Amino acid sequence: MKVLQSILANNPLLAAERLENCYPETIPVYRVEALCFEDTARAMKRAGARLAAEWGVDETLMGRGFAVYAAFAHEAEYLLLRFDVPLELPSFVSLTKLFVPAFRFERQIWSLMGLQPVGHVHSDLRPWIKHEDWPPNAWPLRKDFTGKERMPRVAGEYPWVQVEGEGVYEIPVGPVHAGIIEPGHFRFQAMGEDIINLEERLGYTHKGVEKRFEQLSWEDGARLAGRVSGDSTVAHALTYCRAVETLAGATVPPRAAWLRAIMLERERIANHLGDIGAIANDAGFAFFFYQFMRLKEIVIRGNQRLFGHRYQMDRVTPGGVVVELPADGPALIEAELALVLAEFERLVEIYDRNTSLDDRLRGTGILPAEMAREIGAVGLVARASGQALDCRLLAPFAPYEQIPPRLITLNSCDVHARAWARIEEIRDSARLLRELLKTLPTGDIWTPLPAIGPDRSSMAVVEGWRGEIVYWLQSGLRGEINRCAVRDPSSVNWLGLEQAIHGNIVPDFPLCNKSFNQSYSGHDL
Amino acid sequence: MLRILHQIFRTGVVSEPLPLEVEAELAEVGCRLEAAIRRRFCHSLVIREIDAGSCNGCELEILAMNNPIYNCERFGLQFTASPRFADLLLVTGPVSVNMEIALKRTYNATPTPKLVVAVGDCGCHGGIFGESYASLGAVKNVIPVDAEIPGCPPTPFALLSGILRLIKE
Repeated sequence: MKVLQSILANNPLLAAERLENCYPETIPVYRVEALCFEDTARAMKRAGARLAAEWGVDETLMGRGFAVYAAFAHEAEYLLLRFDVPLELPSFVSLTKLFVPAFRFERQIWSLMGLQPVGHVHSDLRPWIKHEDWPPNAWPLRKDFTGKERMPRVAGEYPWVQVEGEGVYEIPVGPVHAGIIEPGHFRFQAMGEDIINLEERLGYTHKGVEKRFEQLSWEDGARLAGRVSGDSTVAHALTYCRAVETLAGATVPPRAAWLRAIMLERERIANHLGDIGAIANDAGFAFFFYQFMRLKEIVIRGNQRLFGHRYQMDRVTPGGVVVELPADGPALIEAELALVLAEFERLVEIYDRNTSLDDRLRGTGILPAEMAREIGAVGLVARASGQALDCRLLAPFAPYEQIPPRLITLNSCDVHARAWARIEEIRDSARLLRELLKTLPTGDIWTPLPAIGPDRSSMAVVEGWRGEIVYWLQSGLRGEINRCAVRDPSSVNWLGLEQAIHGNIVPDFPLCNKSFNQSYSGHDL
Repeated sequence: MLRILHQIFRTGVVSEPLPLEVEAELAEVGCRLEAAIRRRFCHSLVIREIDAGSCNGCELEILAMNNPIYNCERFGLQFTASPRFADLLLVTGPVSVNMEIALKRTYNATPTPKLVVAVGDCGCHGGIFGESYASLGAVKNVIPVDAEIPGCPPTPFALLSGILRLIKE
């Protein structure tokens, strides 16, 4: 069962040492030596693990140096490797030869923490998230960087990937886009209408979230987590709170766990409804856009009636939830589901029978299954490319242990698959909502948290509507937040868009992009 | 095709009137407002939305203004892709250091006279992100602002009435 753990246990040459004070027990942390870091990672790769996240930590306040963590996942198993980085030589062995998502993780570690990956493929150390006009030695995640002062702008250049040849031209798009969406830059090299290459340049919405966490209390952290990516506010706040509760050794009351799941599934339904409409809209079908936006609005208003906020912001808090479901809540949800689902099924039938929509969506923006595995894609994007990944099943917590979702995977890997996966997930989330209401326990909705001890760490994963969200927390010597590493699904899935666009035409980019609908804010932090 | 038409007729018009207090205010100043939009904005007010670093929560509500229930176009409010056609910039924040230049350029690309509305708690005063190495906080720290619509995020009604109040002045 525990494949990755047995590799480390049965291989004394890797000299992996299991660390104490790392929670939960089911996600072990092993320290490996510099010489063995790459070999251990290679063994993980051979076992079929994916690199879920990689981040740096500054432990100077605890009298140590830096450290790099790599989180591996293999089916239901998660395992962390820790590699100590000395102060005087802030560098670590790059994992880019083995794991594709390490490219951006490591550029980010280098840009923000100032730990240099050695052996990075192509030596690609271009700043990521940090822009070229920052002072090169500004490393905001280091403890000696206060984060208060403004940085001077310096002259700098970002070397883009170049494509040369007769008839090749370049299209720069952004950061300010045409629609009501977040900022980011896309650079296309095209020949006629065919896209040869797409390079993403993100970081425009970087507002220092990870640094900000270190200035907040554990309770206020939940408010910030709820604003990492506004459309996934419940999922992010929930992941953060589960990490805090694991760290404190608290168990939330069953009723709170159920209410959290109700909010999470409502968030999934609302976002999927909006996305299906938006995908159809980018194929020139305004009819679906307005119909689905109407259904989304009904769900959003339901949130306001049920929990007092249209997007359920600040409803999840460490220890439970802050609002009780009103007495008529179950009836309200049932009535809303009946209305929304009836309309939804009517629209799905029109969608399914429409040949012109079919023509635009099928075969467009293919992210092949092997590629999805290689880039470590998660969530809906991975499932639409045949990957059986859903943290609600793989890393379940109450109430998903008792009320599991249905695993929805599709194999056509295209825009249609990503749209259809959303349709199926709406149906399944509606089923989950009904079952959650049927089994809703009575009792408290909040429990006080015990004090958090010094120098310990915890990790939590939650399946938001985009996919697996990872939070890793570390407490400092006074029991404060020393580090909060956030990995939104967008951090890996943005790589998928660059791959899926190959072989498509420029006018289909908005359609492909919308079918991924990744978060800029969640990525840029 | 018939199914689409059938669904459209089944759904009917779902646009809702604004909340009573806003509606009353509108009725009172309706003529003035209409005249103002006609005179000053050639019958419609064109808006360019700029995300200057938000968490995308405000974008959800600005997008919702366009849904058939709030239907902002009935008031002559239109969203445009280019700042060159815009009368009003709707800016969400906090303004990130990495968006400062893009925001200023977009502001400069908008023809005068122009209005700027800062949206959301972050756009108004920096919100939970505040001011830091990466965040410049409120929109007014970067470009001149004519009105502010607070909220986290402000509801579509708050956005609509905020914009209508500004242009009626």
